[in-house]
Amino acid sequence: MNPDSDLSRRGFLGLGGSGLFVLFRVEPLEAFQEPARLPSRQAGPADFNAYLRIGADGRVGCMVGKVELGQGSMTSLAQLLAEELDVALDSVDMVMGDTDLCPWDMGTFGSLSTRVFGPRLRAAGAEARAVLLEMAAERLEVPAARLQVKDGVVSDPSSPAKRVTYAQLVEGKRIERHLAKVPVKPVSAFTVVGKSPRRKDALEKVTGTAKYAADMAIPGTLHARILRPPAHGATLKDVDTSGAGKVAGVRVVKDGDLVAVLHERPDVADQALGLLKAQFDRPQPAVDDKTIFDHLLKAAPHAQVVGESGSLAEGEKLSASIVEETYLNSYVAHAPMETHSAVASFEGGKVTVWVSTQTPFPVKQQLAQALGMTPQNVRVITPYVGGGFGGKSASQQAIEAARLAKITGRPVQVVMDRAEEFFYDSFRPAAVVKIRSGTAADGKLVLWDFQVWGAGDREARPFYDIPHQRTRSAGGWMGGNPPGMHPFAVGPWRAPSVNTNTFARESHIDILANKAGRDPLEFRLSHLSDKRMRRVLEAAAKQFGWKPARTPSGRGVGVACGIYSGTYVATMAEVAVDKGAGAVQVKRVVCAQDQGVTVNPDGSRQQMEGSITMGLGYALTEEVHFKGGEVLERNFDTYRIPRFSWLPKIETILIDNPEVPASGCGEPPIINMGAVIANAIYDAVGARLLQLPMTPERIKEALKRA
Amino acid sequence: MQRTISFTLNGKPARVTVDDERMLLWVLRYDLGLTGTKFGCGAAQCGACTVILGKEAVRSCVTPMKDVAGKQVLTIEGLRKDGRLHPIQEAFVKHHAFQCGYCTSGMILNAYALLLKKPRPKRADILRLMDDNLCRCGSHTRIVDAIQEAAGAMKVDAR
Ligand code: FES
Ligand code: FES
Repeated sequence: MNPDSDLSRRGFLGLGGSGLFVLFRVEPLEAFQEPARLPSRQAGPADFNAYLRIGADGRVGCMVGKVELGQGSMTSLAQLLAEELDVALDSVDMVMGDTDLCPWDMGTFGSLSTRVFGPRLRAAGAEARAVLLEMAAERLEVPAARLQVKDGVVSDPSSPAKRVTYAQLVEGKRIERHLAKVPVKPVSAFTVVGKSPRRKDALEKVTGTAKYAADMAIPGTLHARILRPPAHGATLKDVDTSGAGKVAGVRVVKDGDLVAVLHERPDVADQALGLLKAQFDRPQPAVDDKTIFDHLLKAAPHAQVVGESGSLAEGEKLSASIVEETYLNSYVAHAPMETHSAVASFEGGKVTVWVSTQTPFPVKQQLAQALGMTPQNVRVITPYVGGGFGGKSASQQAIEAARLAKITGRPVQVVMDRAEEFFYDSFRPAAVVKIRSGTAADGKLVLWDFQVWGAGDREARPFYDIPHQRTRSAGGWMGGNPPGMHPFAVGPWRAPSVNTNTFARESHIDILANKAGRDPLEFRLSHLSDKRMRRVLEAAAKQFGWKPARTPSGRGVGVACGIYSGTYVATMAEVAVDKGAGAVQVKRVVCAQDQGVTVNPDGSRQQMEGSITMGLGYALTEEVHFKGGEVLERNFDTYRIPRFSWLPKIETILIDNPEVPASGCGEPPIINMGAVIANAIYDAVGARLLQLPMTPERIKEALKRA
Repeated sequence: MQRTISFTLNGKPARVTVDDERMLLWVLRYDLGLTGTKFGCGAAQCGACTVILGKEAVRSCVTPMKDVAGKQVLTIEGLRKDGRLHPIQEAFVKHHAFQCGYCTSGMILNAYALLLKKPRPKRADILRLMDDNLCRCGSHTRIVDAIQEAAGAMKVDAR
């Protein structure tokens, strides 16, 4: 790459300083780009130069294919590198989600940034440090063992004149030396990891200078509004564009299925869109938000057994009482505050696309395919992303922007409006869970037969001690479902599958505790030999001040626990229920989490608070209404997400667990929110909610049944 | 109607010739290049586009330019004075009262108007007066803490 053009492009975007865009030269990493050339899709390049560059000025560039969605990985990944490399955290400049500059990465999801990518980045830092130490030893003519490193300066403590900086050693060049099997630091030696520094994105985000995809101002940009079908499955019969074409400055593009109006001003393009007269053929709606559950049972593929031990027949024999129950949850939207957006610009046979996405490298591949270009000529840049939660894995707007840019010969911006955002969202699937369980005469759980339709099998298997059990799953969020099973796209939603499976399991356990006349916490602990789960439950109980009682005690307290992506989490909540209105106010939530080593405690707490707050939504209000392929949700007036007035007092507890490597913290606490609130409602008023969200109507119905 | 509209933007005189029914949000973002003000819903339902008009927090996505003529507009870009963060910005940094940051400009400016009206808000006041600003990341609890902190700091400043 020509460094001048690189610098001028950055200069022209007016970006610089801290954060995502740095003013030092980074060579493209084409050798690392293509997944086909990598040993496995999960692994990244082995050469540490792919992840880090030490500039002549001593600044350290850290290149990662991960993106900053709000989860704070810009800071926590910088901490990992600074720790292993022994440089000041402030000297690290993060370059994230730029396919020309960063090593290939699958995407930012599944709480994997810390758990899977973290060790790779640490290894790169540790190896680079060892190489630099070796180089310093040669330069200073001192044995490496005598040298120490602090803030990128290598020195010999016994002779102050013997010192050299990383920058002097590297002189802005690539480091060509390598060492095998350099160990990373032990947890006990950490000085940067385990602290809570100021977030690297703080200043830009409070001053409005943080750039998101739609903020990329390229001279000559046309803003596109695209004709959308009224329902999924509808096909365009005819469109009359004459009205829109008459608006001054509007360009109309018809390219196969893509019909768009473009203008230099987005609001004028939007008005022009309203002037298109289109006719669509719409299929008869086959299913709606009420009939979906019966539909799922019929339309799902054959169930797979995902876990089995003991014998169900034996369990039946041992059971003195059997409890069967069915749990439902609706489709739920991601609804990030930033809608899907992209800006595409062609220049000299290359296209650059700024995209709000969680998957820059897969998007690059899709763009190359859609445009018939070689991947080397496609660059995806991911600026700050305004929330993802799994929903920005799919990024059709990038392809639309690029196609339109190619056709018009101008840079094109596509920003979905809120209705499009709901329409094209890949929802958390609606799902059904049936559980058949049995308890022996001594109160021990001996039988557990669990089946989930629609949601997927993650964390579907119970962690309770149950001798005879089976877990089955039929269809899920990850695709491969029979056509028509879900009337629109479904996909990963913060902790995919696990919200559904945890709601069912933890509600059912509560029902069993109630039937046995036992305290729900004590009942859980009596079936738990898993030490990590016991520990988070006990920590939550201590903070909460849990007092054992049979349900419903009238106090409105509940408990739930679960595992996601290697992280253990226990939640307790207190609610108040207004019986007349069917309204629930969650007053207090205590959440204890064991995520192994904690990279950034404050960042982890922030993610926990975020998960808990967001989880109030799928528990209480969030539900996508639809008729066949028509999504009835258009904006936040009908689709209610959590607000300030809902806010409970939130208390988070991080369990220190240095024996276990760091796992993710951004998703786990959300998994308990459905069940912990359902259980607390039951404890308050004796009404059992079996369907999410627990709307006032459903609460009033459950009260009638109670 | 196309006309020239003069107003004060972040303390400086501004003039634009536009259709006076156009919404302030688009003029700020795309005519004037002030992208700190965000689009979230386009229908006064999320608060991402909040700016200060006179002394009130308004939704710029539904504020036509004709309502802006002759008025003072403050956007997130104008809150920093002489390179120094406003106490609300300071408090948002200190409490990390943001995650993705997309709602943040609107939150800060809504809080600004809130503190103009109620310099010493109780927690319940904050919950009520911030209720129409949405945050999908769940930064609410820290935003409340930050506003309380800022209220304290501004009281000291005012003395
Ligand atoms: S964009 Fe104006 S309130 Fe949402
Ligand atoms: S911080 Fe992401 S929407 Fe508020």
